[in-house]
Amino acid sequence: MQRRLKSSAIICVGSLLVLAWRPTFADEFTPADIKLWQDEYLVVVKQGRELFTSDKLGTNGVACVQCHPNAANTHPETYPKFQKQLGHVAPLWEMINWCIRNPLEGKDLAADDPRMIALQAYITYERRGVKLEPGKH
Amino acid sequence: MSYMNRRDFLKSSSALLAASTLPLSLIEIAYADTSQNFTFAYISDAHIQHIKGKEFVRNWDRGLIRAVAETNLMDPKPDFVMFGGDMGQLGKREEINHGLELLAPLTYQKHFVIGEHDYYLDLGEYWQKIIGPLHYSFDHKGVHFVVLNSILTYDDWTYNRWPSAEERMLQMADLDNPNGSPFMVGEKQRAWLKQDLAKINHATPLVVFSHSPLQKIYRGWNFWTEDAEQVQALLAPFKKVTVLYGHVHQIQYNQIGTISFHSAMATAWPWPYPATYAQAQSFLPKLTVEMNRADPFFERDATGWQYIDVYSGHVREHYQLAENTRRTVAFNPKTGQPEDTRYQAPDRRLLSQNHY
Repeated sequence: MQRRLKSSAIICVGSLLVLAWRPTFADEFTPADIKLWQDEYLVVVKQGRELFTSDKLGTNGVACVQCHPNAANTHPETYPKFQKQLGHVAPLWEMINWCIRNPLEGKDLAADDPRMIALQAYITYERRGVKLEPGKH
Repeated sequence: MSYMNRRDFLKSSSALLAASTLPLSLIEIAYADTSQNFTFAYISDAHIQHIKGKEFVRNWDRGLIRAVAETNLMDPKPDFVMFGGDMGQLGKREEINHGLELLAPLTYQKHFVIGEHDYYLDLGEYWQKIIGPLHYSFDHKGVHFVVLNSILTYDDWTYNRWPSAEERMLQMADLDNPNGSPFMVGEKQRAWLKQDLAKINHATPLVVFSHSPLQKIYRGWNFWTEDAEQVQALLAPFKKVTVLYGHVHQIQYNQIGTISFHSAMATAWPWPYPATYAQAQSFLPKLTVEMNRADPFFERDATGWQYIDVYSGHVREHYQLAENTRRTVAFNPKTGQPEDTRYQAPDRRLLSQNHY
């Protein structure tokens, strides 16, 4: 019964789509779309800057910005790269967690934690325009 | 080598040998009348940071503890120790008290420069009560020393801009904060300096301490003093002038006219060179051979303290680096500027001195 209802709903929607049909392509986005997406990105950059300058990531009041004004000397353009002390090729987020654990005396963030994404958005934003050089020391 | 005779060279080589086993030995090479030479130690930017109750950030504590212990073991003893400012992180009494407690084991006379992290909570009130004046001068073995408070700023920013003293301190504490304000010595203090120097013969060696560089390097991080040129103009008539500053947490040196500039390392943490910020232009003196890029895995790397030989009125600054080869930047009488005794020539620089 439930399945029949669902399929008739699909037919219904399908016929509406046929009526409203016109060709759409993936390359049809407008300056307004670009602005929207850029604004969305900058919102996350701003959240990243707030985290980067706050005492909330760790437990001892130390903030990332104390050692990295404008996120300098973080070199996001060189990741992933071999970290001698970790013994493997590491992505940027792993080094961010190293900083959170050590100077900040805090707990690791998951790689897909929105805060980790925001931190990376901010760090990368401050380094915009610099060419990618993965692996560089 | 060229300005040492053989005997001096042998003496310094044996001192170097001793230095490799006893890293704290003072290596003194006499260039002129040795009786004129003396040394002092310079510890700066401890950034003691209060957490709560009796808890302080361990990492920054350890840097200052190490500098104090090493300074106490120096032989021969320095004549005095200068603390270059930023004792605390947010100007709290707990931080200044704890900093003084960690400095207390020093067996030498101490002098102090105030930094912005010590000032912008109570505008130096507690500092003046417990430590002393914010600008002053003294004479030692024929050298005139001046201490300036170079981290003042526009009155409007200091007095009218912020809802609370805590907020003002937080705003000034962030180096890259666009709501900050440029440092300055200010008109009143420059008038005092002019008067102080009026009674000093221009041949007298002059050593000036400030927290911020009395030269303009990068305004965005306040590696900057707004009235640097006016202060330099007051120092210019003197034949041998050295300006020593903290604040920048890195090795910098320069020569402008008769004035040599040297910075101090921090005991707390190192800072990147401004040129590593890709979005802005900065003006690091070309003369400076940069310190090594810090290895974050060694928490004391690229931090340290320094001892300074004053010989013939010029200074040799010895950087005592926790995890790096020690460096010496000395006035080269042939070129008339401070130079690194090991790394100055471009082909002698290390891979790790390449910042990007």
